[in-house]
Amino acid sequence: MLELAIKGSKRYWGWMALLAAVVGVGFLVYLQQLSFGLGITGMSRDVSWGFYIANFTYLVGVAAGGVMVVLPYYLHDYKAFGKITILGEFLAVASLVMCLLLILVDLGQPMRMLNVIFYPSPRSVLFWDMIVLNGYLFLNIVVGWNVLEAERNGTSYPFWLKPFILLSIPWAISIHTVTAYLYSGLPGRGFWMTAILAPRFLSSAFAAGPALLILLCLVVRKLTRFDPGREQIQSLAKIVAYAICINVFFFLCEVFVAFYSNIPEHTAHIKYLFVGLEGKGALVPWMWTSMGLMAVGIILLVNPVTRRQEGVLAVACVAVFVGTWIDKGLGMISGGFVPSPLHHVNEYAPTIPEILITLGIYAMGALVLTALFKMAISVKEEVAG
Amino acid sequence: MEDSRRNFLKIAGISALGLGASPVLDAFSKEEGLQTPQMIQGEKALKATHWGMVIDTRKIHSSEDLNPMIAACNKIHNIPKLETENHEIKWIWAEAYHNAFPEKETNFLNERLEHIALPVLCNHCEDPPCCRACPTQATFKRESDGVVMMDFHRCIGCRFCMAACPYGARSFNFRDPRPFIKETNLEFPTRMKGVVEKCSFCAERLAEGKLPACVEASNGILIFGDLDDDKSEVRQALRENYTIRRKQNLGTGPSVYYIV
Ligand code: SF4
Ligand code: SF4
Ligand code: SF4
Repeated sequence: MLELAIKGSKRYWGWMALLAAVVGVGFLVYLQQLSFGLGITGMSRDVSWGFYIANFTYLVGVAAGGVMVVLPYYLHDYKAFGKITILGEFLAVASLVMCLLLILVDLGQPMRMLNVIFYPSPRSVLFWDMIVLNGYLFLNIVVGWNVLEAERNGTSYPFWLKPFILLSIPWAISIHTVTAYLYSGLPGRGFWMTAILAPRFLSSAFAAGPALLILLCLVVRKLTRFDPGREQIQSLAKIVAYAICINVFFFLCEVFVAFYSNIPEHTAHIKYLFVGLEGKGALVPWMWTSMGLMAVGIILLVNPVTRRQEGVLAVACVAVFVGTWIDKGLGMISGGFVPSPLHHVNEYAPTIPEILITLGIYAMGALVLTALFKMAISVKEEVAG
Repeated sequence: MEDSRRNFLKIAGISALGLGASPVLDAFSKEEGLQTPQMIQGEKALKATHWGMVIDTRKIHSSEDLNPMIAACNKIHNIPKLETENHEIKWIWAEAYHNAFPEKETNFLNERLEHIALPVLCNHCEDPPCCRACPTQATFKRESDGVVMMDFHRCIGCRFCMAACPYGARSFNFRDPRPFIKETNLEFPTRMKGVVEKCSFCAERLAEGKLPACVEASNGILIFGDLDDDKSEVRQALRENYTIRRKQNLGTGPSVYYIV
């Protein structure tokens, strides 16, 4: 099937070349980081994780979000999604590729990466995160590939695949749960140390993932002869609507607990993010933008009149995607580090090299995604004749 | 696993710094022109089952009193002086009471504490969250004496331990530290970029029968000894004085006590 990803129009190749160029720039900057060290990023002794880990966290969510098309089809026999499960699975694959790259570029000594395997440490959540992420990548490649191959041959997928498909559903939940446990089990980090962190991560993931999938479906419909279908898109939109509402609800629970109890360790971080602390508040406008975008998303998605217009739906999905990205990609990680455990307010902002490396990784993800979608859609066009 | 590693270390005759595998060590000594650090527990080695420290803050009169101990640690451990605060490496440093004990924040702190700075360092916790978090066991608790150590050659630089430590005791080498070391102490390894480091309770000195450098330089402010030995100086100080530990409520069990 790989040949399908190679046969393509000029437009396809132009797009791929553009992405490759961005990957190339990112790679060059990464070489610079390799030789200088992580000092070229904005991270510091106090904010020791930054843009890489934040985007990693976000994309784990996008990967997990793919399960929202797999689950209704395989568990509830919701036939309409049969057409697009492959898109969800391939989106997960591309997201996981980005996640693993983001972890790699975040390491101070990437050459020693395999130490995680040589000295397995089951008490470390990072060890389990490595297992669940690689496992989920493997599951999605195997499942996606075989289902697509079967579709091409006009048969149903091999019987041995079913357990893998079923396994991939709880596995999707696990990747984001374990990723949340990276943070929520740390004593002394009040912002993260809350049992609702994993559910909150999942709800924002189930909003962001399907929102991106809707946007991708709209693009696919525009650019190819394959139509993912109006019903499919509308069903996804309902999923996004519920998930984003739950996400905001969870956040408000967090705010209530922090401010009603008024325990400084818990309120300090939220204050820093939303009103600033000790005169420092670089993230304040971002966080309010994020809240605004999520609110707009909720209004447009919950209301059936607006949801049913695909143009408006697209706007709502962009709002949800960007809103949750700011929330998780900017606020969640630096918010947890500021103030520091010694109550110093040391702010963080990503540097240009850091952003370029991250962009390079996003371009890499887009490259993988385009190739995989190209393959899937070519099969669908072939079958449709 | 832990045992075989410890045996290997014994055989290799390197223990205290937990420098991992010998090929790396070779490369390291070639690069630095250094001897392989000798960390066989010498005959005179100081022995304990739970090293701990008591800090007598009553003997601190101004933040200047802390300078000698900080300088002593910096000097013998090749701690670089970096240009930007973001990249700072600190093993022992001075903090105001409000920062060392943020959970004990009060408006009406006694004047003495209000005006001095307190030394802070790794607490060599009884149940250290940093070791729990580390995915490679590059940071680990030495079972024999409770010292929390770093293996600079195994550390992958993921910085999970930094997120996990509730005391900000860990530093990361954001760049090659070597050009920023004033005078290299050839008896202690320098670090490379991309690894985490912290106070080691001077494990390399204990192995030679010496007290930690900061303790020696502290003019009696720092007391060091075996917390499991009720005749030790630290236990005597704890018996006679009321002490507090940093963020006791987190259950990490710091081995560093403050007489306030
Ligand atoms: S103070 Fe921090 S670095 Fe030291 S043992 Fe405790 S948790 Fe680990
Ligand atoms: S940075 Fe090094 S010591 Fe810290 S958790 Fe990662 S591997 Fe372990
Ligand atoms: S015990 Fe040794 S390593 Fe730790 S702060 Fe004192 S001098 Fe530095």
